[in-house]
Amino acid sequence: MRSRIVNIRAAAKQALEEGPCRVVAGYAPGTMAMRARPIFIDKPEDAGKLTWSSFCVGNLAGLLTQAAHAAPGKIGVVAQGCVSRNLVGLIGEGRFKREDLYIIGVPCLGMAERRKIEAKYPGRAIIAVEEAEDVFVVRGKRREVRMLRRDVLRDNCYTCVQRNPVIFDVLVADSAPDAEPSTGGGDIDKVAAPWERLAPEARLTAFEAAYKDCIRCYACRDVCPLCYCATCFVDESQPQWLGKTQDFADIANYHLLRALHCAGRCTDCGACESACPQNIKVRRLTSKLEKDVRALYGHQAGMALGEAPPLTVYKPDDPQDFIK
Amino acid sequence: MDSYLLAKDRLDAFISRLAASLSVFVPAKGQDGLWSYVPAARAAPSDALTPEGGNTNMSPKSFVFPQTEVLLRFDNRPGEGGMILRQEPGPAGRTVVLGVRPCDAKAFSMLDGIFGGGASGDASGDAPGADPYWAARRAATIFFGLACNYPCPTCFCDQMRCGPHHREGLDALWVDLGESYLVTPLTERGRELLAGLEPAGQADLDRAESLRAEAQALLTGKIPMDVIEEREVLALCALPLWEELAATCLNCGACTHACPTCHCFDIQDEVKGASGRRLRNWDSCMSGLFTRHASGHNPRGDKLSRVRQRFMHKFKYIPVKRGVVGCVGCGRCIKVCPVNIDVREVVRAMNTQPPGPPERSA
Repeated sequence: MRSRIVNIRAAAKQALEEGPCRVVAGYAPGTMAMRARPIFIDKPEDAGKLTWSSFCVGNLAGLLTQAAHAAPGKIGVVAQGCVSRNLVGLIGEGRFKREDLYIIGVPCLGMAERRKIEAKYPGRAIIAVEEAEDVFVVRGKRREVRMLRRDVLRDNCYTCVQRNPVIFDVLVADSAPDAEPSTGGGDIDKVAAPWERLAPEARLTAFEAAYKDCIRCYACRDVCPLCYCATCFVDESQPQWLGKTQDFADIANYHLLRALHCAGRCTDCGACESACPQNIKVRRLTSKLEKDVRALYGHQAGMALGEAPPLTVYKPDDPQDFIK
Repeated sequence: MDSYLLAKDRLDAFISRLAASLSVFVPAKGQDGLWSYVPAARAAPSDALTPEGGNTNMSPKSFVFPQTEVLLRFDNRPGEGGMILRQEPGPAGRTVVLGVRPCDAKAFSMLDGIFGGGASGDASGDAPGADPYWAARRAATIFFGLACNYPCPTCFCDQMRCGPHHREGLDALWVDLGESYLVTPLTERGRELLAGLEPAGQADLDRAESLRAEAQALLTGKIPMDVIEEREVLALCALPLWEELAATCLNCGACTHACPTCHCFDIQDEVKGASGRRLRNWDSCMSGLFTRHASGHNPRGDKLSRVRQRFMHKFKYIPVKRGVVGCVGCGRCIKVCPVNIDVREVVRAMNTQPPGPPERSA
């Protein structure tokens, strides 16, 4: 981890010093344990503010689409596998040009789920967490506990299909498959749609149980690199498209429509679940849709430049047997 | 009022007694590890409230200010009386909530001043401009507080004129003494529900006081606000920090929804055919819709002005208008922010950041 941080700083410093970039998006240390904060730096001497950890669980590709850094020139961005896939997707959707990005690629070890660490920690409050490749050292006031990385990853990181960046301008660590497997190792199709085997009524019950605590804060949408519509359908007000209440119909419509908007474009980066203040398994819908897109179209989002998401293009041999 | 002692092994019996005539809610840990208030009947039998310290994930404000609240229903029946409006019935029966933390209770007290329409602390609903919906739920909801013996690293209640054993806004304060609770009634209605408990002794009171001092000692962060008080509103608005925050703020509503003092709402009519309902939903100053006019003009059209509003409202506008701070230091917004915007840092910067270049303050 230490070498990644050193190399990210060096890459950012060089990119700002030697000109290709006017600004670099990365992460700075958070104000408390297990948090990192996105940061934009525009001076080489600020490169020391950058860091990297397994708690960089947002998605900087999303922040780039939101950032008010619209002046011309390259933007540098620190990107692990999934984020690089989102950059590929956004380039395909015309949000950026490849030549406008300077991608500081980070071979990823799988990101940590802080709630899993909190649940495993026997003391009251965690004050600091240090990490190595395979292990986290979790410290409170009186106790220090070691946890294995493989026990506290985010759910999506167990089934990651692309830990190494698919596109990059510089890599900050070796991506040799022996040293760091380039996938999470799990079988994504096995876990992507746990409700599929349920009867329709039971599916509805499971759906309600999973989403009933939603508070409509839209953190899942706002952190998502796919959600860059200037006006989201939930914010259409003249006329209003969607109810604003806590009735489950309104909550369900929000999540169903958002997920469908993302079908074939989602990289399973997990930022939605990490951002959710209510621990909602937001990926229950998106991972099922991506499974369907894999099965029907053989497509995985953001794996190669130049591939359009299948639901945005028409081909004569598109599967049609699900249209009834 | 005198204090009582309630042995923890008698907590369930006490809750059952309350449940005979009231709806009882207690903090409970869900399968996902998050604490929330649930009906006592649905909670597992327990011998303690929030044994791990900490607080519920969302504040208890929805007990008196539900995220969605129907205000009235209407039917349009031409020839049968025309438009008929029916007020929605208020809360049926009384509710008692156990395990409320002092910070969250202080928030109720602060909001009484805003929804009460009159002086701070007036919850009667009688003052001009009072919110009858808030007043009705406030009158029907009793809050038994649980003092914090182990403040979290994100807690800063003491800096917001509150504290780990603060009593404001509560009907009784409970202090966890280990094997039992020291229960101090703070209102008449609180005392009535505690009748029959055994009186506490001086040793129990002394123990609670030492726990208070120990908890207080754990709160070490300082968040001065004296310069904010002196600084002009426009000078604060022109600080460079807002641009820094706006660069990464997602403008999601996690902070405002988790916050015990955020209280903005949006009133809507939902109409189907000739009938409908008028309701209010929590709103969030992080949302562009929050201030968008019917004309399309938005006085807070950019992220910077929205993220600035949340902090200016709590730490400048409310103090100027009401003489209280609009934050109780619960720390929830720090925990839920997806991009780690930390209110403590923001307030420190509002207090200490030098003004930016002059062109900013236009």
